[in-house]
Amino acid sequence: MKRRFGIGAAVLVAASSMAVAQAANDYRLGAQAVAEGVYVFSGRNEHFTRDNGGNIVNTGFIVGTDAVIVIDTGPSLQYGEQQRKAIAAITRVPVRQVYVTHQHPDHYLGDAAYADASIAALSATISAIQTQGNALADNLYRLVGGWMAGTQSQSPTSTAQPGAVEIGGRKLRLIGTAGHTAGDLMVYDEASRTLFVGDLVFHDRAPTTPNADLLQWLNALDQIRQIDFKVLVPGHGAVVRDASAIEQTRDYLQWLSTSLHTAAEQGRDMVEVMNQPLPDRFQKLAVHDEEYRRSVSHLYPAIELTTLPRR
Amino acid sequence: MRQRFLGKDPMVFDARVQVQMPSAAEDQMQVPVHVSAPGLTDVVDVLVFADLNPLPKILRYQPTSAAPDIGFRFKVEQSTPVRAAMRTRDGVWHVGGAWLRASGGGCTAPSVGTGQGLWQDRLGEISARLWPQQPGLERLRLRMIHPMDTGLAAGIPVFHIDRIDMRASDGRLLASLQTYEPVSENPVISVDLQHSGPVRIDAHDIQGNRFAATVTP
Repeated sequence: MKRRFGIGAAVLVAASSMAVAQAANDYRLGAQAVAEGVYVFSGRNEHFTRDNGGNIVNTGFIVGTDAVIVIDTGPSLQYGEQQRKAIAAITRVPVRQVYVTHQHPDHYLGDAAYADASIAALSATISAIQTQGNALADNLYRLVGGWMAGTQSQSPTSTAQPGAVEIGGRKLRLIGTAGHTAGDLMVYDEASRTLFVGDLVFHDRAPTTPNADLLQWLNALDQIRQIDFKVLVPGHGAVVRDASAIEQTRDYLQWLSTSLHTAAEQGRDMVEVMNQPLPDRFQKLAVHDEEYRRSVSHLYPAIELTTLPRR
Repeated sequence: MRQRFLGKDPMVFDARVQVQMPSAAEDQMQVPVHVSAPGLTDVVDVLVFADLNPLPKILRYQPTSAAPDIGFRFKVEQSTPVRAAMRTRDGVWHVGGAWLRASGGGCTAPSVGTGQGLWQDRLGEISARLWPQQPGLERLRLRMIHPMDTGLAAGIPVFHIDRIDMRASDGRLLASLQTYEPVSENPVISVDLQHSGPVRIDAHDIQGNRFAATVTP
């Protein structure tokens, strides 16, 4: 009798801890309508933590007559599954097409939830996912823990060709560029003039630079300025209807580039550069301290070499 | 650590000895560190080590005619304290340190250049520059091409620069640096020399390869 009780208690404990785990792993995704048939799931302006489960990213979808187009699938399998459920709560039109804006793990690790859809990305993105995807996913496991259960990096199923494309009656323009990474895909919806820019634009959050080429990135921002958008969906931070987020990103990147080059010309050591205070106007950007230091790690080694002549 | 590195010499923890670095390693192969000791004079020997690295000893520096400040990058295997011990002329070790968070893999991964073959063509190539700070004080930054293999990556034997001497043009020793396995591949070093004018760099690795260059301000 005593023994049976013991087993029952163990089962009970296991069941309740599973319930807790499931409740804790709810991303609480709520789609926000930003234009006719265009929706965004907004992430928090934070770093990856065990509290946010990696939901620090904006993803979205566009509803056509017989197809839904998803832009980015979030940081984990569970995010992708919950995103798909949240889409199904809005429309009965099935998801046919997924676009991955770039190689970073918070933007595509939910792809596995869309095994029955076409998943497309730029060729540079696909090759980056093939070579670095597993390491990036492993790192995210370390950062956010159990939210990543079942998540595996998988390669997109097709190559996105920049240009006009019509899916489910929605006329889209795919714009291929680079700078934040070697392949940055933007998706523009003609009818609503909504532009999904991926991580080429950050809003009130310091940009990340692990694979960045600042010069290319600044050129890409010039290109974005020429696009006639009404709604701009940044990769991180609130949706905007003007150019303010573009200019904020440009201002930060230009400052970053100039200050790193100046520091190198002055013979500063990497840690001294990291300890430089940021100008006041960037203090309001979320996670600016951490991202600035990370950026020095990413970018300074190449910049300082230009100031050290061969002897 | 005390027994191993400082022996029976007297030792004090001293807040003036500063180890500055990011609190988390962004790149485990290249963690930047800047060691300094504002307010501490007569430092004759500087030892930097990471307690929990498989090879804890990172570098040793004798600032004969230099500030006891040095900037460098190193490979970290896991979260660890990083400490600097500075011996003053009276024989006392002054110790300071900081914690570094890291998730694994810096020391036991092969160097990048080992895969690319960069060092095979350009081993020991020195790039450097002097920045006069004030009369009698100049900063030297130098970068050498070397794989700095730890011997812990499978199939790749230990191979690293073990000594870099910095001299005035008359041969007088300004500072001497001993680098060990954890110093990052293609090391970039910053030091502040109490000197004006050209500096001669003489270095060698554990296989006896010699590298030399002269840097003019």
